[in-house]
Amino acid sequence: MATIRFCQGRLLGAEEERQVDVSDYRGVLIFGEQQNGQIAPVVYELLGKGRELADKLDEDLAVAVLGQNIEAQAEELVHYGADNVYVYDDPILANPRDDPYSQILTDLVKEVRPSVFLVGATPVGRSLAPTIANKLRTGLTADCTGLEVDSDGNLVQTRPAYGGNIMATIVCLRNRPQMATVRYKVMTKAEKNQSRRGTVIVKKVKDKLLDRSKIKKISGESKEISIAEAQVIVAGGKGLGNPEGFRLLKEFADSLGGVIGASRAVVDEGWIPYKYQVGLSGKTVRPKLYFACGISGTVQHLAGMQTADVIVAINKDPEAPIFSVADYGIVGDLYEIIPKITKLLRNRTLKR
Amino acid sequence: MPSARLAIIGVVNKGQFWWMSSQGTTKEAREARRAVLIRINMCGKSPKRLEHFPVRIIVCIKQVPDTGEAQLDAVTGTLKREGIETVVNPFDMFAIEEGIRLKERYGGRVTVMSMGPPKAEEALREALALGCDEAFLLSDKALTGADTLATAYTLACGIVKLRSYDVIICGLKTTDGDTGQVGPELAEELDVPHFCYVRKIIEIKDNLATVEVSLDDVYLEVETPLTCLLTVTKETNLPRLPSFKRKLEARRMPVTTWNAEDLQGDMSRFGLSGSPTRVVKIQPPLRRLAGEMIAGDAETQARILVERLSERKLV
Repeated sequence: MATIRFCQGRLLGAEEERQVDVSDYRGVLIFGEQQNGQIAPVVYELLGKGRELADKLDEDLAVAVLGQNIEAQAEELVHYGADNVYVYDDPILANPRDDPYSQILTDLVKEVRPSVFLVGATPVGRSLAPTIANKLRTGLTADCTGLEVDSDGNLVQTRPAYGGNIMATIVCLRNRPQMATVRYKVMTKAEKNQSRRGTVIVKKVKDKLLDRSKIKKISGESKEISIAEAQVIVAGGKGLGNPEGFRLLKEFADSLGGVIGASRAVVDEGWIPYKYQVGLSGKTVRPKLYFACGISGTVQHLAGMQTADVIVAINKDPEAPIFSVADYGIVGDLYEIIPKITKLLRNRTLKR
Repeated sequence: MPSARLAIIGVVNKGQFWWMSSQGTTKEAREARRAVLIRINMCGKSPKRLEHFPVRIIVCIKQVPDTGEAQLDAVTGTLKREGIETVVNPFDMFAIEEGIRLKERYGGRVTVMSMGPPKAEEALREALALGCDEAFLLSDKALTGADTLATAYTLACGIVKLRSYDVIICGLKTTDGDTGQVGPELAEELDVPHFCYVRKIIEIKDNLATVEVSLDDVYLEVETPLTCLLTVTKETNLPRLPSFKRKLEARRMPVTTWNAEDLQGDMSRFGLSGSPTRVVKIQPPLRRLAGEMIAGDAETQARILVERLSERKLV
């Protein structure tokens, strides 16, 4: 290892055209991420938004799916609004990895020249998109929560920054494609329409792909519903007083058919694993019903759960900011109130 | 004779190889460092082959405003910066700690680098106080206004100027820009493999790094050749606090500043001119409106809530 590596990078490499003719680039391309051979749920949201943008631009919507034995699923995406589906089916693509994926997608972008290229802001997308943007030397806006096109056909991207304290509007006028990663559970899913027609284009995977890293082991795939998917979330914060408080919340969540969530404060304390964290630095959630128990409601937390249909807040502190976004606010001791709610719900079920 | 101090090479217990090299950034000092590395290489080929070799580590950090409550100036619509304290980006603390831990495990050297205004030297000194060995600040008016592409390019120029390294570590993202893009873009700019969301560096051996990556609920054990770039999550470690002694030492340690010209890059790729994206507007986030506060004793509150929720068919 102590061999000396002189890394030149690509800094002094051949300069590619940087200024592009914007009118050369047309249409919207979506990265059709797959996880374990299933199209990722965020892709359907990208298709929903992508269709809307493509219609406004009066251009085509395309999706690129990379994976192994993925063709049948890829074809389905036509019913969700894609005009063109590009399929790359190869064992090397079974698991998303930046090296092969970024080269294939970069080549595809150079070939089809989309004006807009959207990638889900998943762990895979957040690593892959910057790699591609850098290869293409174009702009990339992270974690968008709003996407529109203006009268000139430019993509107007909105995203939270500074921990959710501000919303920034970002454009990329001179470079193409205009790339963005899009936060999951923010855009509306595309509806399935069996009568929609589109073209499926099976692409060949180049033999010579740079492929430097390898996956040695995959572990910890849990069967539990991810909080991002849950319809009901019971989230706890510092107001629980101690980690054991989550037992009460778990019981409560189970009785509602929901899952538990948490604020950043208690995740930082180590009371509960990171995967339960709701908020800007955790997950954005969009359940039908969200209980915030003992959560004060920092901006960064609010940014992750404000789009819930109904928010119930239970907190001892009447001044807690969480009450300013709650549909129903209860000032009181959660250890007193939650068991009462659980009991009422149980009795009601018994009566039925 | 140049002012570079020559290296001391010594074997410390359990086959751990420790070395010290010259500190300077002059050409001579760098030559001296390279000479040292070559010596170590030769030792590695000796019959008593050592398990571990020193790892040359670069940690990239950013100084950010210390605030969960960034405020917009109502008149200008820009961010208020006056009177706001600055800190090392909290996510970068895990990167610094991981760099130092790698050094403690394998021996080596941690170089910390930042792009920012002259004031960002404070952040670099904090990293030195924690145990980093040398610090570089990339600072110039020409570098301001950089988006993630231009930032990655600038850092890449700085790293290429340093010439040799094994592992580059970045924080997952910053608390101000909040993009998490600079790490992977920097790796691509340098043409080295990278992994984001690294929660554990398992081993560095035989030109390979084995790390564990956390993708939501799934953990991947992955292997990548060196040189590589890793962005680490806060699960990786618990950052240490600087010792008082080290803090005093860090005050006297040099922080090398490079301007745009020093970086020997393509000037059109620095700063605003090298940034494809533009922020055209910032505004406060939309807030949903408060609903009903349910009063009464716990019994009543619970009853009314359940009524309301069942009216809306939520329970």
